Amino acid sequence: MLLRASRRPGGAPESALTTLLALVTAWLAIGLAGLIRPRSLEFAGRALFVAGAVVGLLLAIVAAMSIALPAESVVLPIGLPDLPVHLRRDALSSVFLFLLGSASVGISLFAAGYFRSGEGTLPGVLCLEYHLFLAAMAMVLLADDAYAFMVAWETMALSSYFLVTTQHRIPEIRRAGFLYLLIAHVGAIAILLAFGILQGGSWQFTFDAMRGAQLPPIWAFAAFALALFGFGAKAGLVPMHVWLPEAHPAAPSPVSALMSGVMLKTAIYGMLRITFDLIGTPTWWWGLIPLGLGLFTALYGVIFAATQSDMKRLLAYSSIENIGILFTGIGLAIVFHGVGMDAMAALALIAVLYHAINHAFMKSLLFLSTGAVLHATGERNLGHLGGLIHRMPWVAWLTLVGVLAIAGLPPLNGFVSEWLLLQAFLLAHEVPKPFVNMLLPLGAALLVLSAALAGYVMVKFYGIVFLGQPREAALHDAHDASVLERVGLVWLAAGCVLLGLLPAQIVPMLAGVVADLGINASAAVTSAQSWWMLAPLPARSISYAPLVFTLAVVSAVLVTVLVGRLVYRRRTRRADPWDCGYERINPRMQDTAEGFGQPIRHLFQPFFAMDRELPSPFDRAPRYRVVVFDRLWRLLYLPIERIVQRAANAVSVLQQGRISAYLLYSFVTLIVLLASVL
Amino acid sequence: MNTIPLDLQIVNALAALLLLLSFSMLSQRRIVSLVNLLAMQGLLLTVATLMVAWRTGETHLYLSGLLTFALKVLFLPWLLHRLIRRLEVYWDTEPLLNIPGTMLVGVLIVVFAFGLAQPIAELASETTRNSIGIAVAVILLSFLMMITRSKAMSQVVGFLSMENGLFFGAMSTTRGMPMVVELGIALDILVAMLVLGVFFFQIREQFDSLDLHHLESLKEGD
Repeated sequence: MLLRASRRPGGAPESALTTLLALVTAWLAIGLAGLIRPRSLEFAGRALFVAGAVVGLLLAIVAAMSIALPAESVVLPIGLPDLPVHLRRDALSSVFLFLLGSASVGISLFAAGYFRSGEGTLPGVLCLEYHLFLAAMAMVLLADDAYAFMVAWETMALSSYFLVTTQHRIPEIRRAGFLYLLIAHVGAIAILLAFGILQGGSWQFTFDAMRGAQLPPIWAFAAFALALFGFGAKAGLVPMHVWLPEAHPAAPSPVSALMSGVMLKTAIYGMLRITFDLIGTPTWWWGLIPLGLGLFTALYGVIFAATQSDMKRLLAYSSIENIGILFTGIGLAIVFHGVGMDAMAALALIAVLYHAINHAFMKSLLFLSTGAVLHATGERNLGHLGGLIHRMPWVAWLTLVGVLAIAGLPPLNGFVSEWLLLQAFLLAHEVPKPFVNMLLPLGAALLVLSAALAGYVMVKFYGIVFLGQPREAALHDAHDASVLERVGLVWLAAGCVLLGLLPAQIVPMLAGVVADLGINASAAVTSAQSWWMLAPLPARSISYAPLVFTLAVVSAVLVTVLVGRLVYRRRTRRADPWDCGYERINPRMQDTAEGFGQPIRHLFQPFFAMDRELPSPFDRAPRYRVVVFDRLWRLLYLPIERIVQRAANAVSVLQQGRISAYLLYSFVTLIVLLASVL
Repeated sequence: MNTIPLDLQIVNALAALLLLLSFSMLSQRRIVSLVNLLAMQGLLLTVATLMVAWRTGETHLYLSGLLTFALKVLFLPWLLHRLIRRLEVYWDTEPLLNIPGTMLVGVLIVVFAFGLAQPIAELASETTRNSIGIAVAVILLSFLMMITRSKAMSQVVGFLSMENGLFFGAMSTTRGMPMVVELGIALDILVAMLVLGVFFFQIREQFDSLDLHHLESLKEGD
């Protein structure tokens, strides 16, 4: 039936949406089924998660096939009386639903092999929270009125909060969860206010009414700024990023993967929805704000990632960097769209969508592999890992794919989207605005800097965890991932490879999505494009042919190996590693995580607040200790906390604890109300 | 001078007595007397209800009068007296505001209540000219009593007297609320009394006294 619908666009308009809703309901049902036998790991922790992965796969297929279909909507009479739930699926929703479904396949499969008994929350409850989280994200993407959106958004925040605090007996984890919940709610308030502005006096909270509302420019900008704040808080835009490096290490790895890979993208979705769909005509200079914040976030994230010694914190900061790249792209698209350069705007938006999907795959892959390492070794600290490629070859080789992808190396997927975004950036000097056209290319330089540093970070991550010699004796007993975990990792790694090899198939689909947002994308997808070559903007004669590139690289490697074999046949000998004349190399002589990050720490000193303890030359047992803080904590969050505390103390004067005082409050209120009637 | 029918005059007189009782409750410090005053208030209310019922011929008002009598004259005072004996609280401590001061505030409140009732009373039928003002005054005076007393028992009496005021207002202006609502309110009062009775014992158990000052220690510390 679905296949038929995709062959006849518009033929069966409601089928895709109803199927998607059925799949979301299936997720909910799987979650509830976890409560039947909540203590059974086999049932709730394994079987149901595999079922969830199957649903995710179906969701991804349906969403992918519905991208080209016309938008469809439905009104469900559930919820409060007179407030039915409006749902709508259009191309933008489909893209993000595809992202959600396809990434969740790998994550759910991995999770099915990951959870152990006796870890905090019961498996059944975990299953419920996990699938509720998935369903809530899907509903965020399908919502077509502010009520449905906010309810789904809050459900998403709450279910993920409970997932983060799975091991709620540990105080740091509870603290991280609270920080997450706090910032999520501050952001949610901003989003709610943005919707309140967008309804434009009609008091109709459907998205349709918001599309039709004519807002004065100043109010439209206020809505945009509130949305940027709200969705930025969810996505981890600096300075609202502080919850990310706390919450991600606290959560179990599949949850970190889901939050970082998918949930952050719902914020990108919301930003795109409000900016290009609901507001409709953003003014060009608005784009400079997300552009600037995004660039700063990208640099900030990657610099902090380089100095981390906890592998999940490192990845969390890397997520911040990628969110920065995405917001940069959004800002660039707004600027281009505002000045009428739609082809460029389309290119930037395609890059954003592409990068969102890419990041979902590669970051989930990396978070899951840290989960595998964590279970195998019990260590999160890079300083206690090393040499795992010999003990965990599956995890190590699959992680290598993710690492190369996120470092932006061709022929993998990270390269494609960053390349597209850079192409858009390099044409920014044509923007007909003075100063801006001079400053934007500098932004391109910053973007390249972050991308290069991301490569540095990934070398650190991979090199210290998997290469070299094990830094602890216990690492010799590390075991490789279980079968289900491997399947999950393989799925995500395959996604990274395919997305890297097939951009020429994917970009035209994304161009359709961008056109659906009201941006003329025809110039970005051209006849110069063929099935093997990506060539946006033919006038520039830029192109990228991943298959050719891969073939060239692979054949070059093969030829070298063959020539080497031929020339040095039978004359190879095996020797110990190069030891520079010093005979006993031990693991402690390897470069450490701190040592690897030291140049970055040195170069970008103003970013950090450091607490350093240097040994003196006369110390018997020299100790070196350095703790890197986020400067924004002291500059921004602690002052806010003090102000809130003071305000709360002032208000608490009201709370006397005396019943007569409380009665007096109601008495005075009553008198005042009655007097105002007079 | 237009003559007011006798039954209406009686209702008005009862209303005035009700207000007077509210003032005497405000000045009374013996809890036993307070409960007796409450019972008297209930009795006045019963008579007023029966008068209105007789005047208007609404049968359900007779019922509600009987209900009032059973509940507010017999049952609740009996319950309160029993509680007083078992808890051994006969006197309230010095009120937070001294009694003459409270009375002065009470006078101001009555003026305010009549001022408030003025515009409503002009719309209403002649039956109810004064009763609205009196009903509002009784409600506010009972509220004032709840604020100024510190023993839980006197606050409950204030609460019940507030309900009396509400009932009187409803009965005299709209010829009584629908039977369902009245039954519901009666049940509410009953349940509230029982719950509060349990509370008293718990409070005394915890603090060895019914003085609500002790509850201040439950406030969240700084």
